[in-house]
Amino acid sequence: MTDLFSKFDPLIEQRETLLETGITDPFNLVMEEVESPTVAICNGRRTILLGTYNYMGMTFDPDVIAAGKRALDEFGSGTTGSRVLNGTYGGHKACEEALKDFYAMDHAMVFSTGYQANLGVISTVAGKDDYIILDIDSHASIYDGCALGNAQIVPFRHNDIEALEKRLKRIPAGAGKLVVLEGVYSMLGTLRRSRRMVAVSKANGAMVLVDEAHSMGFIGENGRGVAEAQGVIDDVDFIIGTFSKSVGTVGGFCVSNHPKFEILRLVCRPYVFTASLPPSVVATAATSIRKLMDSADKRAHLWENSKRLHAGLRQLGFTLGTEEPQSAIIAVIMPDLEKGAAMWEALLHEGLYVNLARPPATPAGMTLLRCSLCALHSEEQVGEILGMFAAAGRATGCIS
Amino acid sequence: MSERSQIIAKVLELIEPFNKKGVEVSEATRFAQDLEWDSLTVLDFVANIEDEFDVIITMNMQAEIETVGQLVDALEKLKA
Repeated sequence: MTDLFSKFDPLIEQRETLLETGITDPFNLVMEEVESPTVAICNGRRTILLGTYNYMGMTFDPDVIAAGKRALDEFGSGTTGSRVLNGTYGGHKACEEALKDFYAMDHAMVFSTGYQANLGVISTVAGKDDYIILDIDSHASIYDGCALGNAQIVPFRHNDIEALEKRLKRIPAGAGKLVVLEGVYSMLGTLRRSRRMVAVSKANGAMVLVDEAHSMGFIGENGRGVAEAQGVIDDVDFIIGTFSKSVGTVGGFCVSNHPKFEILRLVCRPYVFTASLPPSVVATAATSIRKLMDSADKRAHLWENSKRLHAGLRQLGFTLGTEEPQSAIIAVIMPDLEKGAAMWEALLHEGLYVNLARPPATPAGMTLLRCSLCALHSEEQVGEILGMFAAAGRATGCIS
Repeated sequence: MSERSQIIAKVLELIEPFNKKGVEVSEATRFAQDLEWDSLTVLDFVANIEDEFDVIITMNMQAEIETVGQLVDALEKLKA
């Protein structure tokens, strides 16, 4: 018998080598207690959270929690059904209404996760003879959406508008085209560079899908994301988003003004063949989305935090993923996985949690310590965070 | 020079800047195993090939192309 697991041997070996050094497993951390959006207890130690994507700190909002509890009491713990059978409750429709209001768009469709939203929409709208043109640094859910469908896949270099335009022009005339872009690319925290990417796509007859997972709630005047901030939201055909970041729960969605959008509910397999979100989850999501519409002060504070952390880390001598803070993600580039894991552990001992990201999730084989800020990190906490980076960086020899 | 040998000559020329290890390249050379290219190198190389021949080599096609010879075959078909 061929052991089907032998293909994982190199990874198993790499993990064993790393863990033999006695280092804490970076991919097995348990949050034993969670005090707030910015503090948890890990290994019995009070830990500042700097790697949660909880950008707007909505997870402990009293109105959000109250809505969830009420829905749990009134509608039960789960729907036990697909959105197209017995799994659409009033709460799901209310959540879609909240999204339509938030984005000022005609249609909204709620999926069980953000991953499924990308998987479903991309694999369904682009058929066999259509072309999907995507940024090479796209999220795994976008690639998996491509793999689930049958379209022709054409990647272009990260944020390179000329590469995008050249490819669009080479696609056979008459073929359907879907350009997939992200607002914020989550590994390095880079912003989609040019508003012209959307214009160029439209000028070449493509439909445009934008994933705004890492920008919802705090980029753009109304928090609608990079497409809003760049003034191109009216030219975007589909916006994909998630509830598991700024909204503070779990779930995904697509909003659109396409007149035939509603048919997706019947033909999109990752929407049809899975159970819908529990009533408590859609109740918390709807409440949170409506509160995010009116959060200008929190947005401003989040940007302050991002700027301060970026400047402080640079001053300490760390190499960062972007020259200037472009989003609420700040990626610290580590020389290799061993050093990255050592630095990650040293930070944890100091009382700070960040994400350790490594290949193949990262671009160009990089090891990253990815920090995501929260609007509820206090000024004092950002100061503490910088102190911890200084101590851990010196202890591991990452900075002098 | 036949059309195929012209394509081969051009492909070899475009491989050279990415042939960091100085591997001797023939039609049997494999991009991943012999040239040890990572995904970003593949992206840059494919972009150069696409620009030179004014074609699109989709990821679906790339998945079927392991060797230099297979790339030349694909280009012959695309240009036909």
